[in-house]
Amino acid sequence: MAEQVYWEDVTEGMELPFLVKEPTTRQLVQYAGASGDFYEIHYDKDFAIGNQLDGPILHGALKSAFLGQLVTDWIGPQGALKRLQCQYRGMDAPGNLITAKGTVTRKYEEDGQRLVDCTVWLENADGQNTTPGNATVVLPSRQG
Amino acid sequence: MSTPATFLTEEMRQQAIGVESQPVTLEVEKGHIQRFAEAIGDPNPVYNDEAAARKSSYGGLVAPPTFLRSVRGVNLELPFELSFSRRLDGGSDWEYFQPVRPGDRITAVARVAEMTERTGRLGAMVFMTTITTYTNQFDEVVATQTNTLIAY
Repeated sequence: MAEQVYWEDVTEGMELPFLVKEPTTRQLVQYAGASGDFYEIHYDKDFAIGNQLDGPILHGALKSAFLGQLVTDWIGPQGALKRLQCQYRGMDAPGNLITAKGTVTRKYEEDGQRLVDCTVWLENADGQNTTPGNATVVLPSRQG
Repeated sequence: MSTPATFLTEEMRQQAIGVESQPVTLEVEKGHIQRFAEAIGDPNPVYNDEAAARKSSYGGLVAPPTFLRSVRGVNLELPFELSFSRRLDGGSDWEYFQPVRPGDRITAVARVAEMTERTGRLGAMVFMTTITTYTNQFDEVVATQTNTLIAY
């Protein structure tokens, strides 16, 4: 695990360490089981095609979980996630690489907390942003 | 099944806004958190390693940020049928106030915040925005989730 990031170390415009995911249909079944979301478009090819899709697609909530991991990996065990927002603009299919990325957009203090806003998104193998979003985190200070 | 060209009237919109679900309670189990973390492929020890989790700012095991999606059965009974065959999740907006821990009893209540219609490639598309509030056994709001459902 990476070293703890502190609020003082952060600068606006800096990139979060990216996270690569390669979801499979097996993972979508696993996610269906763990989350209880058994909508068939996520694992049943015939059902998905009957719904005018090319095949199974990722659960939106699984994509937001990838963005959650991107951010929680970065903020480390002493940081806290305050807000995680994203839109499912483009569909992602299993079997394709997805890269979760983020950039720091704002660093500020509010109500005694040291906060950072980030733009976060998922990029598909063609470099398209399928899942734009934002996150707000609290980071620890080197001053304690 | 074909999709109607228009569906939503202002009267229906007004009827839908404010509709609230019955509360649904989930007992948060350690094993469920671990299964969820495995399913999303997140090996962070705060989800599965008690000793490591104790050293984190949470002081113990917690659930991943999107874990509360696994509270199922939160049903919004609209005064009319959303007569579309297809559904998509448009996006979500989480706000977090307290960590979710094994042993918590989390109660979810969803409320319709907005309903709008747009015309898409396949005809009318209805966008329903819901806000789900998750409250723990200490009456603390742990998180809210604003979600957009697209029916088309």
